[in-house]
Amino acid sequence: MSDARARILSRLRAAPPSPVPDLPEWRAPRFEASARLEKFRAMFESMKAEVHEVEAADWPLRLRTLLANRGVRAVVHGDGSATGGQLATAWAADPEAPRLVPYDRAIEAWKGELVHGIDAGVTFAIGGIAETGTLILWPTVEEPRLMSLLPPIHVALVAEETIHDSFAEVIAEQGWSKRMPTNIVLVSGPSKTADIEQTLAFGVHGPKELIVLVLRRAEAP
Amino acid sequence: MSVEAETNSPSHAASHTSSHASSHGGFAERAHVALNDKPLRANFRRAMDGLMVKRAAQFPDAADLQALRSLGAAIKERALARLPNLLEQLEARCAENGIKVHWAETTEEANRIVLGIFQDHGVKTVVKGKSMVSEEMHLNAFLGKHGIEAIESDLGEYIIQLAGEMPSHIVMPCIHKNKGQIGALFAKHIEGQGYTEDVDELTAAARKVLRDRFAQADAGISGVNFAVAETGTLVLVENEGNGRLSTTLPPLHVAVMGIEKLVETLDDIPPLLALLPRSATGQPITTYVNMITSPRRDGEKDGPREVHLVLLDNGRTRVYADLELRETLRCIRCGACMNHCPVYARVGGHTYDAVYPGPIGKILTPQIAGLDVAGDLPHASSLCNACVEVCPVKIPIADILVRLRREAVRPSPSKAGSGAVKGGGGGWTLSEASAWMGWKWLHANPTLYRLGTRVLALAGNLIPASLPPLKAWTTVRAKPKFAAKTLHQLARERGYDDV
Amino acid sequence: MSAMSKPATVPAERPKTVYYFGTCLVDLFYPNAGMAGMELLRREGLRVVFPQGQTCCGQPARNCGFFEEAREVARAQFDAFPEPWPIVVPSGSCAGMMRVHYPQLFADQPDRDKAEAFAARVFELSWFLVHVLDLKLTDKGEPVTVTWHASCHSMREMGVTDEPKRLLRSLSNVTLVENPRERECCGFGGTFSVRQPEVSAAMVSDKIDALRSTGATEMITGDCGCLMNISGAMEKAGTPMTGRHLAEFLLERG
Repeated sequence: MSDARARILSRLRAAPPSPVPDLPEWRAPRFEASARLEKFRAMFESMKAEVHEVEAADWPLRLRTLLANRGVRAVVHGDGSATGGQLATAWAADPEAPRLVPYDRAIEAWKGELVHGIDAGVTFAIGGIAETGTLILWPTVEEPRLMSLLPPIHVALVAEETIHDSFAEVIAEQGWSKRMPTNIVLVSGPSKTADIEQTLAFGVHGPKELIVLVLRRAEAP
Repeated sequence: MSVEAETNSPSHAASHTSSHASSHGGFAERAHVALNDKPLRANFRRAMDGLMVKRAAQFPDAADLQALRSLGAAIKERALARLPNLLEQLEARCAENGIKVHWAETTEEANRIVLGIFQDHGVKTVVKGKSMVSEEMHLNAFLGKHGIEAIESDLGEYIIQLAGEMPSHIVMPCIHKNKGQIGALFAKHIEGQGYTEDVDELTAAARKVLRDRFAQADAGISGVNFAVAETGTLVLVENEGNGRLSTTLPPLHVAVMGIEKLVETLDDIPPLLALLPRSATGQPITTYVNMITSPRRDGEKDGPREVHLVLLDNGRTRVYADLELRETLRCIRCGACMNHCPVYARVGGHTYDAVYPGPIGKILTPQIAGLDVAGDLPHASSLCNACVEVCPVKIPIADILVRLRREAVRPSPSKAGSGAVKGGGGGWTLSEASAWMGWKWLHANPTLYRLGTRVLALAGNLIPASLPPLKAWTTVRAKPKFAAKTLHQLARERGYDDV
Repeated sequence: MSAMSKPATVPAERPKTVYYFGTCLVDLFYPNAGMAGMELLRREGLRVVFPQGQTCCGQPARNCGFFEEAREVARAQFDAFPEPWPIVVPSGSCAGMMRVHYPQLFADQPDRDKAEAFAARVFELSWFLVHVLDLKLTDKGEPVTVTWHASCHSMREMGVTDEPKRLLRSLSNVTLVENPRERECCGFGGTFSVRQPEVSAAMVSDKIDALRSTGATEMITGDCGCLMNISGAMEKAGTPMTGRHLAEFLLERG
């Protein structure tokens, strides 16, 4: 194995050098503050995702309404995450509410249930990207990776002020290169395919529906 | 639209069975079969027309597009210029992050590495995200021979796996099939599934089957679209979510990539992401961009406990050794070149009899498999440059096609002494070489040329249409008519100065 | 190293004398088209020099991989066009060979400078008429509907975009109907047409369908390779449509 490594590297080093060009200037698109959310919404809607603006404090109840007619019986949420806590508190008094399931064990301990038995997953997104209509999921111990992938409905919360213009801006401003986590996923709609005659079909492997809740900052008193 | 294009590269021009093209004979023979397959031609034409329109709609501003292409080309050029150092950097970062890196010179070696990892873990079934490098390795067949079942999970790949075929497009592998053909295939292979042409029903049927497979799989295999040397991050793009599942749900993840898939920094990713899905399928971004930097860390509840990365050479270092040919390695596997190729649109992917079809395949396959094996591919082009115009990283495909034609005739020297391209030098016949010799003699001597052309003006129309080049020409075209006087004669008669 | 489009630039001063490179295909099969281009230039007051020593740009050999042979023939053209005058070419493909590929072909040769200087002087005819001469036409012809076939190399090597169509549209009695596959190759490709005759035939057949869908009676193009391919296929199939080189059409109408 190490021989292969040495031989590959030595062949590459024996090749004639080529110039290392400078990268030409390029600026990702920018949006006026007033147009940013509209772009974010329009891009998502064009990809068959729903975008709802809600007051930060009201989202659990709003979600309850949104899920009411979708036959949702079990919802997975973060264990110990702020999102999960808010959801549990708000829905506790509602006997009709879907069953809440915290992601509180390693996947191996409940794979069957998460793969087949959960209807929706609620996660927090650390930000959004207006240009492409994208959520940035940065999974954590509390909100693991599969929550946003296995259930047929994915609900993502994103704070309005964390919606940026472009991916390039996010990476640079937040210094990602110094602190990459296990996994980051950019999500720009429900799971889809066009492998059969270029006809779009949703939910081929991941969620069939994506519901984005944009949390508005409470007005300053 | 699985823009899960990803990983990689060249092929092995090994023979493969396909639905419509025999793997015997040359490109022209296989094209003959494809051209006479009406449903196949309709499937490709419809798909390619749609993809061209969708791509164009994504790049409304020509200047923006050119700026982005220049940047894309420069990013890949820089990465290639620093390739050995970046590979070492990637390996070091991956090691720090807990990803184990393996190196393979050949596909056989890569297959052995993957098998070894699986055997160490007692793996019986594997789910695969879409990976062109794994196609290049013929990994599924290899694992199958060793008792490990590999299940393709990208819908298009799943379909062709059921059909026992190979991809006909690097991004849309089953683009050659229509829903009727797929409906019949599902009815035959999926228990309890009746015949349907409803795309939603077909998709749901695949989801059901594959969902169980994901849950049972002992390991996942994926390709890599971009590997970031700076952070040791593997970037995978896809629409279906099967790539995320393959790399998250099973306890073990093995990624395979060609050594050219590197970029220097994380900042290189956004512009490449702005090019890849838009060029490939005309979508602003893929549904998922999956960035993997490590296996599951302590306390985390999901993700594979082990991640392995296999770096494959398979002839890439030889391509790298020549500065002009090296530009081939910029490819980000978007497929725009085939979507815009007038030849590909008519003959489809299987006619190329290689893992990578279309224009990029025409330059990649002969370099990997050898000109002696795939020497007719560089000639299966009208050099129209449509591919060059759309390539997001500005690969001069037409120039490389001509370069390969030259290598087939007269190999340029290489350090290794075996010519710049594998199998070069044998692609000419005595009659062809003599014809060009005569052509040169006539056209490098103006007096002879004028004499010769006057003779043709007088008597050229007597040449019978049954002579070889004319014979092919006149199958669908009238015989060209020599004019009674050449332009040289007319110019002189009408008083145009000679000097 | 990479051949991309290399559009020409307008000379600072309007030239008084130009060279004309007729191309071998025009020389043998379409001399009237070649002559029409010369007449158009002469009519604009230019002295047009047609060196009798010219032969072929060398593209056929280069495209088949016979670079040495192509270089020998290219060198004969360097000798035939010694003065620093613009070289106008009634073919995007031959112009592309000289403008884009000569510098590549001679990159490691002792006469590289000569090749580059020659390449820099090459203009495609329609581009030259529009940008350098600002050609104005007054239509003398009967009403006619035509469609335009763009040659791949004029578009993608010489950077000719809408120049030919601007000229056609400037003719008051000419209706130009664009065909739906204007940017797609007609399937000629030099030796491609005989090495892959069936693929080439499928391409030209689709091209003809697209041209006919416009309802035009005539196809106009700027490259005699495409013309020979498309017209030849139309003739063989008995298609009620004809093809003509742009220069011939413009000279007759305007």
